[in-house]
Amino acid sequence: MSTETMAPDSLELKPGLAGFFDDWSSDQRAFKGVPWGKAMMWIFLVSDTFIFGCFLASYMTVRVSTLDPWPSASEVFALSFGGAPIPLILIAIMTFVLITSSGTMALAVNYGYRKNKWVTFWLLIATALLGATFVGMQVFEWSKLIFEEGVRPWGNPMGAAQFGSVFFMVTGFHGFHVSIGVIFLFIFSYKVARGHLDDQTQGWFTKRGGNYEEIEILGLYWHFVDLVWVFIFAFFYLW
Amino acid sequence: MDHTADGHTQVVREEEAIQHPLGVYFKIWILLFVLSALSYAVDFYQVQGYMRWFLILLFMVLKAGLIIAVFMHMVWERLAMVYFILLPPILLLTLVAIGSLEADWTFFQRGVYFLKELILEAPASPHH
Repeated sequence: MSTETMAPDSLELKPGLAGFFDDWSSDQRAFKGVPWGKAMMWIFLVSDTFIFGCFLASYMTVRVSTLDPWPSASEVFALSFGGAPIPLILIAIMTFVLITSSGTMALAVNYGYRKNKWVTFWLLIATALLGATFVGMQVFEWSKLIFEEGVRPWGNPMGAAQFGSVFFMVTGFHGFHVSIGVIFLFIFSYKVARGHLDDQTQGWFTKRGGNYEEIEILGLYWHFVDLVWVFIFAFFYLW
Repeated sequence: MDHTADGHTQVVREEEAIQHPLGVYFKIWILLFVLSALSYAVDFYQVQGYMRWFLILLFMVLKAGLIIAVFMHMVWERLAMVYFILLPPILLLTLVAIGSLEADWTFFQRGVYFLKELILEAPASPHH
C-alpha cells in the first residue's frame, strides 16, 4: 500500500471515482495522459460556457420580465421560396449545416489519429466550407433583419425592444466564434497538407512539434461552437 | 523523468484513440440529424405551452449530451477531467434559476406599476 502511494505519477491509473481522487491528490498533474493543449482548450471552453451562459441567462431574464409581447421567431425568420413562407426554415438549414460540419470534424479527428493525411485534409476543408456557409447564411439573416424588417439593437417594429439587442449580441458572438473556427480550420488543413503534423514541424504559436492531437483540440473548439448553437436554437429561436 | 512519462502516456492515448470505430460517429451524426428535425417539427407543427418547452428542452439536452459525450470524447476521458468540465456549468444553472425567479418578480412589479395591464389583460403566462 505504502509503495503504491509513493510511486511518482504511476502509469497504473485507477479507474472511476478512486481514480478521480488519486488524480486530483497526486501533487503532480491532475489530468493524467491528457496533452496540455487539450486541457487548456477545455479550460478555455469552460470559461466560454460562462460567457454564453451569462448571455442566455440575461436573455431569459429580459424575456420573462418584459411587458411588451415578444416577437415570434417562427414568423420573423420565415422564408418564402416562391410559395407560402415556411416558418424558421433558414435557421433549420443553418442547424443542419452546422451539425454536418460537426460530423466531418469528428471524422477528421479520427482519420488524423489514423495518420491518414489526405482524408484528414479534405474533411477539414469540408468542415471549413460548411462553417463558411453557416456564416454566409447568418450574414443573409442579419441583413434581412436590419434592412427589410428594421430590427435594431434598441428596438424593432414587431414587439419587445430587447429582441434586437439579444439577437445581435448572442448570434453575433456565436457567429464570431464560427468565423474564428473557420480561419483555424483553414490554417490546420494547410498544416496537415504540408505534413507539419507528420514531421512534427514546429508550430507558429509554440516550440513544440506538430502532432495529430492538435486536430482533436481544434475539434473540441469546433464541436463547442456547434454545442452553443444547440442552446441558442432551443432558447432563442424555438422558445 | 517527466518527459519519458509524458511520452509514454501520449503513445497509449493515440493507440486508444485509433480504437474508436467510425461507426459510432456516423450513428451519433444520424441521431443529431433526427433530433434536430424533431425540434424543428415542434415549431413547424406549432406545439405550444408546457409541451413545447418540455420537448425543446428534451431534444436540446439529448443533442448537447451526444455532442459532448461522443464528438468531444467525454466518455473516453478520466473522471478528473469530466468533473472539472461539467461541474462549473451545473453551478451556472443556479444563476439561471436565480435570474428566472428575479425576472418573475420584476414582471410582477411592473404589472403592479402599470396597473391597467395587470387588471385589463391579466397575462396568464409571463413567457409571452
